[in-house]
Amino acid sequence: MQTEEMRLDGNAAGGVLREVFARDVTAALATCTGCGAVGPVGALLEYGHGMGMILRCPGCDTAMLRVVRRTGWLHVDASGISLLMIPESTSIS
Amino acid sequence: MSSGIRVTPEVTHERPAAAQPRLEWRVATVVSVRDETPRARTLVLDVPQWPGHRAGQHVDVRLVAEDGYQSQRSYSIASAPEDASVALTVERIDDAEVSPYLCGVLRPGDGLEVRGPIGGYFVWDIAQGGPLLLVAGGSGIVPLMAMLRHHAHADAAVRARVSVRLLYSARKLEDVIYREELERLAVSPNVKVTLTLTRDAATHWQGYRRRIDRAMLEQESWPASGMSRAFVCGPTPLVESVATLLVELGHDPARVRTERFGPTG
Repeated sequence: MQTEEMRLDGNAAGGVLREVFARDVTAALATCTGCGAVGPVGALLEYGHGMGMILRCPGCDTAMLRVVRRTGWLHVDASGISLLMIPESTSIS
Repeated sequence: MSSGIRVTPEVTHERPAAAQPRLEWRVATVVSVRDETPRARTLVLDVPQWPGHRAGQHVDVRLVAEDGYQSQRSYSIASAPEDASVALTVERIDDAEVSPYLCGVLRPGDGLEVRGPIGGYFVWDIAQGGPLLLVAGGSGIVPLMAMLRHHAHADAAVRARVSVRLLYSARKLEDVIYREELERLAVSPNVKVTLTLTRDAATHWQGYRRRIDRAMLEQESWPASGMSRAFVCGPTPLVESVATLLVELGHDPARVRTERFGPTG
């Protein structure tokens, strides 16, 4: 279905990311291995949703984080993120 | 993974200060439904053990067919944190898997699997202050409505310190979600609501009749020197264009937060 290909962003991935990180990381700052840009996870571009998804750098399109669900396993490939800075408090400035 | 990230499945046992409750699927009950426009419907939900939410957050909704096939989507919460129940407003996308069910089949008393609230980036609390600029395209108004309703719940003295401007782009007047409520909210001296209609041929419309552009943002947003916070939500092209223009107008990119809505059905 064409609409399944539509691009969303890291905000929509927040639920799956909570499964991986056990806390909200949409406000966390991720550094892209491709171009070095630093930005909030919520502002990354999301392709696919729910069962499997990729978060890409909005600047250079590097696949920063992949999460795929396969029969009882969550496969997480974060090789496109060189540093993830997670705020300790849930409040934001 | 070649990066420095280690994912520890047991992290929830340690419960650091910022740890959040485990995100569980819960069966919510539909309390009521309300048609907002010909294509958008609000579902008011009673969610057991709802921990409360922040304006701008969303929930994931999961539908499971009898053969086990699952569809999952994210929908923004429209209600204020102060409201007793959780309201979602869903736009119907034809030929899609989830929204036609939510907008057409679901009835009061029915159950619906949800998990949430989710999100810590596209959120606003009145304690963060303003001035606040909200820019919406289409159903992108939904999380911004939660922010407006949250603002309206604040004490008059607090509200008076936080001015809000909403710029909302819709195709036609009949597509404007929450129109009457927005008119009521705009009576407040601290709230300004501006609509632009991109495809309305109605001759009576005196307001903007074009897509949001640089001149419109210059006119309707706060001066960049005012240290405002901006939340932009809508279809990807609108969000990217508005965010880029705001930064070009001098707004601090860190204070321009975005949420892209795709018609994922």
